[in-house]
Amino acid sequence: MPVPESFVGRVYPPTEPYLVSREKIREFADAINDPNPAYRSADAARGLGHPDVVAPPTFPIVLTLTAGHQVLFDPEAGIDYGRVVHGEQRFEHARPVRAGDQLQVVVAVDGIRVAAGNELITTRSEVRTTDGELVVTAFATIVVRGPEK
Amino acid sequence: MINVGDAIPAQDFPVARADLVRYAGASGDFNPIHWNERFAKSVGLPDVIAHGMFTMATAVRVVTDWVGDPGAVVEYGVRFTRPVVVPDPGNATISVSGSVRAIRDDGLAEVDLTATVDGQTVLAKARALVRPPV
Repeated sequence: MPVPESFVGRVYPPTEPYLVSREKIREFADAINDPNPAYRSADAARGLGHPDVVAPPTFPIVLTLTAGHQVLFDPEAGIDYGRVVHGEQRFEHARPVRAGDQLQVVVAVDGIRVAAGNELITTRSEVRTTDGELVVTAFATIVVRGPEK
Repeated sequence: MINVGDAIPAQDFPVARADLVRYAGASGDFNPIHWNERFAKSVGLPDVIAHGMFTMATAVRVVTDWVGDPGAVVEYGVRFTRPVVVPDPGNATISVSGSVRAIRDDGLAEVDLTATVDGQTVLAKARALVRPPV
């Protein structure tokens, strides 16, 4: 069953504040096998002009994936999670995420359309510090696969 | 100084099951299609597949290694076109190359990325907007 058109424009409440630690950044960098010192050494990061270690460009998914579950598991949306595939992902960084950031995510449903029997839901997740500074905006396209022909 | 059409150094990245388990833990994405062969096959996949976000993170390595500063990546987006099947035993190899598509008036470089496994494209529209190295 398709997600109601009325979902377009829906905005979900901010997620609980997430404190980004040096250890979490290092764990994520290890998990993508990326040895870049800017993810591990505050001195290395400062040498590049950052106040503390920075996170990899795709690190915000740690926050936005969970935040997006508000849409996927919204009972009114009626999405069959077993048919969900990640279609597209994009990040626009106002600045890199860095250790010490306290971040919240606000997810909005940007659009819903049907293509080739599948439903495509686009979301926009604004990641801001608890002081309101925009750090990164994440755009995701979620594909809900239609029934097999 | 960089120019439109410049290639950035290509790299090959192996990915094995252990990498997916580690990525699941670090990212919080525990979907069993990324670690449970029985489950993956039960939903019609050929085998366990890599997280799309793992492939996305891997592909941009050629950019961050090229510029040195990961904070130089201003925008980065991809479309996931084909799952990366990760065998056991063994590994898949993600081959990534890139080139400078354009240099904008503000000095930022648009970099197009190509990511393939066994010669087949796994990401489309993979593009980063980057502050180029000086």
